[in-house]
Amino acid sequence: MNSTHAAERSQVWNGELKKGFWLLGICLLLAGLPGLWDRLAHGHIHANYGSIVTWGLWVAAYIYFIGLSAGAFLVSSLVYVFDIRRFEPIGRLAVFTALVTLLLALLSIVFDLGHMNRAWHVMVYPNFKSPMAWMIWLYSAYFAILLAEMWLLLRRDLVVGGRQRNWRGRLYRLLALASRDDSDAGAQRDLKIVRGIATVGMPLVIMFNGGAGALFGVVAARPHWHSGLFPLLFLISALVSGGALLTLVAAIFQNGLTRNRDTVIALGRLVLGLLLLDVLFQFSEFLIAFRGGIPGHIAGLKLVISGPYWWVFWGWQVGIGTLLPILLLVLPTRHDPRWVALAGLLIAAGLFGLRLNIVIPGLAVEEIHGLGAAVASLRVHPHYFPSLPEWSLTAGIVGLGLILFGIGELLLPYEVQERTSHVSV
Amino acid sequence: MTHREIEQTLQDGPRLDGGSRRAALGWLAKWLGGALAGAVVLEGGKAAAAAAGTEDRSKRKHRYGMVIDTRRCVGCRACMVACKAENKTPPGVFYTVVFDQIVEPRIDDKPLFMTKPCFHCERPSCTDVCPVSATFKRKNDGVVVVDYDRCIGCRYCMTACPYSARWFDFGENYPAVEEKTPYADVPSPEYNQFRQREREKSPIGNVRKCTFCLHLQDEHGKYDKAKGRWPACAKTCTGQAIHFGDLSDPQSDVYHLLRERVAIRLKEELGTEPKVFYLI
Ligand code: SF4
Repeated sequence: MNSTHAAERSQVWNGELKKGFWLLGICLLLAGLPGLWDRLAHGHIHANYGSIVTWGLWVAAYIYFIGLSAGAFLVSSLVYVFDIRRFEPIGRLAVFTALVTLLLALLSIVFDLGHMNRAWHVMVYPNFKSPMAWMIWLYSAYFAILLAEMWLLLRRDLVVGGRQRNWRGRLYRLLALASRDDSDAGAQRDLKIVRGIATVGMPLVIMFNGGAGALFGVVAARPHWHSGLFPLLFLISALVSGGALLTLVAAIFQNGLTRNRDTVIALGRLVLGLLLLDVLFQFSEFLIAFRGGIPGHIAGLKLVISGPYWWVFWGWQVGIGTLLPILLLVLPTRHDPRWVALAGLLIAAGLFGLRLNIVIPGLAVEEIHGLGAAVASLRVHPHYFPSLPEWSLTAGIVGLGLILFGIGELLLPYEVQERTSHVSV
Repeated sequence: MTHREIEQTLQDGPRLDGGSRRAALGWLAKWLGGALAGAVVLEGGKAAAAAAGTEDRSKRKHRYGMVIDTRRCVGCRACMVACKAENKTPPGVFYTVVFDQIVEPRIDDKPLFMTKPCFHCERPSCTDVCPVSATFKRKNDGVVVVDYDRCIGCRYCMTACPYSARWFDFGENYPAVEEKTPYADVPSPEYNQFRQREREKSPIGNVRKCTFCLHLQDEHGKYDKAKGRWPACAKTCTGQAIHFGDLSDPQSDVYHLLRERVAIRLKEELGTEPKVFYLI
């Protein structure tokens, strides 16, 4: 009796959340239109990065989104590679999250290119000495894997759903790509293939997200990046952010607060552990650098903790992204999926601060002292704050992401919970 | 400007022939064929590249570099102006920059100026990171160039250069160009490509850098100081602080200066082996 009451309450809560979610998504998407127009009409002229801080908000957004994608995929591999039943109800959701965030990542980085229409050059003239080329090739493969996995996971439900005589049925029939088989044997076969694909995908994801870390790590010219810890840091924080986002999505998506209650709470525990590991890694990086005390090495870290954007680190990354969620996940609030979902939101948001603090302070240190003073140009200046069009475009990309999630929530067939009981591999 | 001329300009390096898609597809077909061998190809490629790297230096016809005498530099910045006039670089792009705070605080009160072009390193850290090999070191004279038609503008090379020698062209213009004065019609002679500055067109959206004014070389890749075919900054230097030439040519100033005086290079610890030396 008590529990049905609670379930009702959380349904109402869910409904409110969903409305807010759509509203936010639409607002952000609209906010992105001016930025998009500006980027297409004027190129990079209104962007605030320059020749010293040459990567800015868009690159930070890019590594943030691929981190989310890689993290979500790795959580899905808990289900499809390691067969951990606890997370089975959100396996499909995790793959969907990985797909959406990968799209956002690609969008962010394409707008950052000086010549967007030449992005195909990386496919045709790859230079495999460059970690960037590796990364792009690897995540193209990853994209294909995600699509295949998503389709296989949905196939049976699409076939079944395709029998409805409405637009939804028609859409499902289209997406099912002429597949008709809705037998259990078919679903089992799908799952087997998914396991195979996921097993290939996992090292791939580790390589490409570790590779994104390596992309920064190999740059010996930037001591802030040049550390063997970087690829690992990228992986750990990808796991944290992906797991955190999934916690949130699992709670909101398709009535998740009631359907996925236990999974959300379990995810919270997993994310807490990963977050603590991440803190340990970061701490190690700071500790070693500051104890060594070589000015060039700590210049970037000093900017992080006491530069003009100290608040990004202390407020955003440490406060919102680390301390608060740790409290929520340790105190008794950890038993309430709503609080756990909030912790997920905070962590996922806080890690954006981490991404900014990787990209920008690494570049904001003059490589040769006095460069900014030598020429009077806004493009040659170690100070960077994203311009309005930069914010706008980024907001639009986030908004697009929210809307894609919204559409997914409306269209994706509900995960059939019982299936777990009679599908065994 | 014909294909042939572009090729001549960007000699030897991997290149995109004026954006020809057919060439690109041909290349793709070839590569796919090769890719079947997978890792083997990569490894082989690396070995070949390494071998080529060592061969390069002995085979190279010229080894252009600079010796800059900081004691002769008066900080007039004529080199910066000359470079701008020669290459028609837009605002925010400076192929050379004169530093006056490089050592701060100074022990004595003597001013110290340092002009800093691209160092055209023997082992450049910028070229290896380019995902599309758009920037590379020319085999015959060691000048590091950018293929504007291939560069996608990712700016990875800028992060990798330890000397801030690379500049992104955001598309800004000086008033003379903006207001369409006759100056706006003068193309940049860079790479002998004579590109007009047009919106969205390369070099806007590309990374740009000092080329040692290679458009002033003759067909044999030689400069001629007497005829004024000489890098603009060195030609203009009022204090005669910038010495340019072939570092391995016993006839050249630079060759002798390096033997007679004590020279340093910046950030030796990174192993980039710059070809611009400073006398202090
Ligand atoms: S900006 Fe151009 S030259 Fe530099 S790494 Fe990217 S593609 Fe290569």
